[in-house]
Amino acid sequence: MSTFIQKYFPKIHEINQRYAKPRVKLSKPMRIILFLLRCYLVLLVGLLVFKFVTTVTG
Amino acid sequence: MSIFTKLFYLLRKIWKAIRLYVALAGPGLVVMIADNDAGGITTYAATGGKYGFHLIWLMIVLIPVAYYVQEMTVRLGAVTKRGHAEAIFESFGAFWGWFSLVDLLLCDWLTLVTEFIGMTAALALFGVPPWITVVVVSFMMAGIVFNGRYWTWEKITMLFCLLNLIYIPAAFLLKPNVSDIMKDGIIPNFPGGFNNELFFFIMANIGTTIAPWMLFFQQSAVVDKGMTEKDIPFGKADTLIGSIFTGVTAVFIIVVTGTLLLGADFEDAAKAASMMMEHSQNYVGTCMAIGLFDAGLLGAICISLASSWAFGEIYGWAHSLNNKIKDARWFYASYIFMLISAGIVVLIPGAPLVLITLFVQVIAVTLLPAALVFLILLLNDEETMGKYKNTLSQNIITGTIVFIVIVMSTLYGVSTLFPTLFG
Repeated sequence: MSTFIQKYFPKIHEINQRYAKPRVKLSKPMRIILFLLRCYLVLLVGLLVFKFVTTVTG
Repeated sequence: MSIFTKLFYLLRKIWKAIRLYVALAGPGLVVMIADNDAGGITTYAATGGKYGFHLIWLMIVLIPVAYYVQEMTVRLGAVTKRGHAEAIFESFGAFWGWFSLVDLLLCDWLTLVTEFIGMTAALALFGVPPWITVVVVSFMMAGIVFNGRYWTWEKITMLFCLLNLIYIPAAFLLKPNVSDIMKDGIIPNFPGGFNNELFFFIMANIGTTIAPWMLFFQQSAVVDKGMTEKDIPFGKADTLIGSIFTGVTAVFIIVVTGTLLLGADFEDAAKAASMMMEHSQNYVGTCMAIGLFDAGLLGAICISLASSWAFGEIYGWAHSLNNKIKDARWFYASYIFMLISAGIVVLIPGAPLVLITLFVQVIAVTLLPAALVFLILLLNDEETMGKYKNTLSQNIITGTIVFIVIVMSTLYGVSTLFPTLFG
């Protein structure tokens, strides 16, 4: 994936390299918050996909 | 020193502060008033039409809510001199950065389409064909940003902000019963009991108060304006005044539709304006239509800039309104691309505009929690913020607000996706 981006989207690769390491030192509570945020987004995107699929097939 | 001399110096000091405020005013006022965009006007109009004056208290409660969230972007922008997108990339890494940037682009573009829907519908009431509206608006918006000066853009936009107050004279034209407004609207109440429909309206109003683009826009505007730490008090005052304006405007919209269209069935603000124009209140309907157009225009100006600023920050393009076109080609090109592509969609016969309007809310709730959480985390980073970091009381207030906004906007987004979910 990284090679593909590097080859075809060099600018995106450069941005990814520039921001590869988060500057903010993540404490344990922050890590928990970010994990919960990921779960929330996975759930929401799942609902969106479900709605899309049921709309298209129904 | 005589009392007159003291008074003279006091007045001179106040006058100096006012002049300084006028020079520094802008991002807070513009973002807050632009928050009353086409979608917002429709929500307030529908609230008034459905519940009369009974939910006016909610608009008053939402004034500090909007203020506390947005003032954090003032501090963050003034201290870091970076936009919200760049702050997320830098502080939380590329994954969260790309997520926010792509989601912002999608969310902004869809919202921009809804602004064009509002503008074309408003001017259609005066017999203007949609394609003329789209072309004229695009040229107008290009002209506003292409002048190469942030200051000029800001002051022109502030003139449009003034026009947003048109609902105030419109309400006075109707001579509403003030005692009814005070009796029904000021004390928090739930008309007809706390049922699903009322809950949906409350969620919709909260959902329109804080939009993701507002965070990105204000922080970037603060940076582009060149505000520094010493300007933070003025930036906060600007945001507070803006949030009061936006709340007051929302109240007056509710007064207008609550007086004239209580119990009427209308799906958007343009329909409400048309119903008013068909009846005896032609002037009020005209004000409503002009206000809707202005709201769409203000929203469109700010939303397209929010995206262009964000992309400029990350891609390393020159991204200031102080840059000439030749110096910031990509920045202006992305602005125009957003504008024209959204305008064209509205003109396509049979385009799924209703679906787009619904989807805006859903996409917004995927971005809003992340943007708000990152905002609070950044405001607590001592290394970044120094003495401007959130205090304990600010954390309690903003944490509570953010929690409620996330829960309510999520429920609103989910209920938009699945209308029968909550009964």
